[in-house]
Amino acid sequence: MAVTVRIPTPLRTLTGGADEVPADGGTVAEVIESLEASHPGMKDRLCDEKGVRRFVNLYANDEDIRFLDNLDTALKDGDTLSIVPAIAGGI
Amino acid sequence: MRFRKMESIVEAVGNTPLVRLRSIERDAPGVKLYLKLEYANPGGSVKDRPARQMMLDAIEDGRLTNDKILIDATSGNTGVAYSLFGAAMGYRIALVMPSNVSKARKDITEAFGTKIIYSDPMEGSDGAIRMVRELVAEEPARYFYPDQYSNPSNPRAHYLGTGSEILEQVGDEITHFVAGLGTSGTCMGTTRRLREHSRKIECIAVEPAEALHGLEGLKHMESSIVPEIYDPTLPDEILPVGTEAGWDMSDRLAAQEGLHVGHSTGANVAGALEVAKRVGEGCIVAVACDRGDRYFAPMKWEKHYEW
Repeated sequence: MAVTVRIPTPLRTLTGGADEVPADGGTVAEVIESLEASHPGMKDRLCDEKGVRRFVNLYANDEDIRFLDNLDTALKDGDTLSIVPAIAGGI
Repeated sequence: MRFRKMESIVEAVGNTPLVRLRSIERDAPGVKLYLKLEYANPGGSVKDRPARQMMLDAIEDGRLTNDKILIDATSGNTGVAYSLFGAAMGYRIALVMPSNVSKARKDITEAFGTKIIYSDPMEGSDGAIRMVRELVAEEPARYFYPDQYSNPSNPRAHYLGTGSEILEQVGDEITHFVAGLGTSGTCMGTTRRLREHSRKIECIAVEPAEALHGLEGLKHMESSIVPEIYDPTLPDEILPVGTEAGWDMSDRLAAQEGLHVGHSTGANVAGALEVAKRVGEGCIVAVACDRGDRYFAPMKWEKHYEW
């Protein structure tokens, strides 16, 4: 499955500045592996040994994957996976 | 706790309590840990101080008048403070925030009559800053743009308030001060006041360890638009703290100290405890930026419920 991954500003150092990159996979987990292969370092930023890190929000199209099947959430051709950052304001 | 009578809610800012963390400090025998509860401000956060100071200073020198709209980029707490003081003093407020801010957060500011303009969630707070700059450049006469990231009144609020209060509350006992970096106003202003003390007080700035982090309110400087008011040479040390460490400390503060705080406070205390273990003796003061209930997320069944 060919999906589009939207990359937030803090991770664009890993994608050469690109705000969207293509990736392959039928589930979110497979897409993350595909991302890691093309942009090494990405997986550690998104996941720990327990799964998706607690503060990372992944959206399959417009739905938070926590409300779907998490890393097993199915993706089909043309879907978009968005990595949405926490809002970093100012103290 | 405090018995004060005042003419306006604007006067209720500051004089926040300082609470000892007796349970947390057991991890570092010989060190006293204190937390300054900025959530006791009327808007519920540390941002009441700079918002109030930026508005009062601008009213005094004529930059803010009743025919202008105060506009700024804010992830929440500064917006709540502007909204509250705007309502109390009779000024219109417009806020730009990324659209993925929680509904509760939008509701708080709108309750005061504030107008919200949304920016791209993928661009984070920097996207909101860029959008405000564009709006102000298009119609400069319409807006007063305090720009908390560049406004010297922001650190000044902490120089006049937070720093002086800490010295009054703990006296000469304080050896270290720990604050997180966002706009850097708390760290810059408080540190400048503490530097005037007769004896050296170590000032430590906490920043997120990674560019993509979950410590809302804090900035990873290397990957962000660096605030104009930030002077990296001022703190004695810049201490990276991981998101997980900050989140875990927030949970611990609630469970063991009865302090339900936001994640930035968790990061500050995690940083303070790291310093405490390293130094072995002393008295460390950290800042509690806001309460944890400001970050409650909607449950699944509440997500699409609108009325």
